[in-house]
Amino acid sequence: MSEIMSNLTEKTMQQFGCDDGILEPGLFWKAKEATPARIGIGHAGARCKTDSMLRFLADHAQASDSVFMEVDEDIIKKLGIFEIHTRCRNKEDMILRPDWGRIIEEDQQMLLKQNCISNPKVQIYFGDGLCSPAIAANIPDLYKVISSGLDFEGITVGTPFFVRYCRVNTARIIGPLLGAEVTCVLIGERPGLTTAESMSAYIAYKPHPLMLESEYTVVSNISRFGIPPVEAAAHIVDLIIEILEKKQSGIHIDY
Amino acid sequence: MVLKTRLYQNTYEFSSVKEVLAKASEAKSGDILAGIAARTKLERIAAKVVLSELTVQDMYENPSVPYEEDAVTRLIQDDIDKNVYESIKGMCLGELREWLLSSSTTGEMMLQTGRGLTSEAIAGVSKLMGNLDLIYAGSKMKITATCNTTIGEDGVLACRLQPNHPVDDRDGIIASALDGLSYGAGDAVLGVNPAIDTVDSTLAVWEVLEELKNRYRIPTQTCVLSHVTTQMEALKKGGRADLCFQSIAGSEKALAAFGVTLPMLKEANEMFLKGGTAKGPNVMYFETGQASELSSNAHFHTDQVTMECRCYGLARHYRPFLVNTVVGFMGPEYIYDAKQLTRAALEDVFNGHLHGLPMGCDVCYTNHMPMDQNDNEALAMLLVNAGCHFMMGVPQGDDIMLMYQSTGFHDLAALREIAKKRPIHEFELWLEKWGFWENGRLGKHAGDFTMLLKG
Repeated sequence: MSEIMSNLTEKTMQQFGCDDGILEPGLFWKAKEATPARIGIGHAGARCKTDSMLRFLADHAQASDSVFMEVDEDIIKKLGIFEIHTRCRNKEDMILRPDWGRIIEEDQQMLLKQNCISNPKVQIYFGDGLCSPAIAANIPDLYKVISSGLDFEGITVGTPFFVRYCRVNTARIIGPLLGAEVTCVLIGERPGLTTAESMSAYIAYKPHPLMLESEYTVVSNISRFGIPPVEAAAHIVDLIIEILEKKQSGIHIDY
Repeated sequence: MVLKTRLYQNTYEFSSVKEVLAKASEAKSGDILAGIAARTKLERIAAKVVLSELTVQDMYENPSVPYEEDAVTRLIQDDIDKNVYESIKGMCLGELREWLLSSSTTGEMMLQTGRGLTSEAIAGVSKLMGNLDLIYAGSKMKITATCNTTIGEDGVLACRLQPNHPVDDRDGIIASALDGLSYGAGDAVLGVNPAIDTVDSTLAVWEVLEELKNRYRIPTQTCVLSHVTTQMEALKKGGRADLCFQSIAGSEKALAAFGVTLPMLKEANEMFLKGGTAKGPNVMYFETGQASELSSNAHFHTDQVTMECRCYGLARHYRPFLVNTVVGFMGPEYIYDAKQLTRAALEDVFNGHLHGLPMGCDVCYTNHMPMDQNDNEALAMLLVNAGCHFMMGVPQGDDIMLMYQSTGFHDLAALREIAKKRPIHEFELWLEKWGFWENGRLGKHAGDFTMLLKG
């Protein structure tokens, strides 16, 4: 077996390429360093070479699998938080019923009221969304830096928790329920082939059931392969401070 | 207007044109989610039967959202060519279908008629057409538009080069762009979706793309797909680009969810005509995708094909250079699998064309859909035959910023070679000069972007 086929996913995409017949291999590998995109992979006629085709299939299989994975209860324990769930009963519901993914039933609302401080300046919580591995991969660094950053500014942060089968629009229910001025949900985003652990932050000033989608301020691509969690956290702190000052979030038509 | 019919001893009665349109639609998970889809296959066919007897006038008089309540409806209805409309208003949709398919009806005649059809009428007739009907009739229409170069000429399959990067890194964008150019991608537009939607970031990426275009004298156009207001600000700050981008939707309320109004689009169009780098006259680039209205609860109980058509009715007002249906990006709750995706893409491209638009398609899927690259490639083959103006060129079809899969540089090259299609003429000459393209297929330096880097 050839070396590459003995461990096809070992190399990063920056190291994965084909410089056969390339005029300037030095420039070729230097350019590849600048992006995880699948460039410089050669071709067989107008089609892909066998190694890059199989690598693509492997990466797609991993991404597709991560959608249907659950966040382990041990991870929630380790984060020292509690969990609630939406109306969805499983990942299938999650995929086909986005409307259920924003509904928090009464018993779960009770849990929130019992376990969380009321009327914090900022409420932050975590959701699995469409990518469960994103929680364990990002939350430890991301949440630590956001909460300490807000603490440092004298801004009170509510009790964090985890929402299973969570969609972004849970914020419309949870924000008013806990009486937060700003609500920020850190949620797993659709997995891609280069990372099956990315998350986004959706931040809203006084979210409510009838708010517009454009009223969310969004930071996406948070992961060690995109915007690193620590860097993203600093950006999120700045955004929250700005939102609190302006008393509005998102894109506004009266520009 | 009769909204009732019988099939196999059952009577099917519908309460409105809107309900007929929704129930006549081919099955989509989004319409099921919205609770407006036909409950049985037979009910779907009954709705199609009723729809085939409704007239162009019935469609005109029953817009999905009332004229008084919605700026998009007003725009569509006010833009209708009244002379054309008067001459065809009595035609029922079943007849219209046969007329569109008739060998004696030319593409030019179809486009002329399209000017008298509201978006609801066009959506309606497409629901009476099978996949091959859509390809057969659609491929007759020739629609050109000009920015710096002209898209839509005979025998051309163009490609948007999409060199996205997770943090908009300059060198990363350049690397992907050069790789794409070396496979023949980029004649429709060099278009980046920015990870960060700010004026500074838009300015920075505009500069990268303009520099590439000018340094290598590439006959193409540039665009950064940030929010329209961000681009307007960037233009005011002295930045330059060819095309103005915005995602659009089929109702005023859905547009508001995107942070967009019609006066805003008008102002943006005027600003780019005056202050952009394009020759024009077509300087707008719109993206759409079935069910974006439902996702913002602004669909007014209308099915997703009809709402999507209203995007095209809106788009044609601004004479865009490109309209792109990003058909598989919304997710499986709206378009579930390859069967639904194939249908949606063929509907969108046909319906866009009948609105007179240069229609491209982002043949794509997300990782939570039960689909893979094989499904994508099959759809791309169909769309080439349907006269689709352009598709995306993403490195191996994997977008590392938007986290979905589309068509790759290799796919566009293979599609062109198989279907004997070519890049836009000036761009083809440019490719041949570098040895990237030769005799209608990849040339000896294809894939070697270092050709462009060496001193």
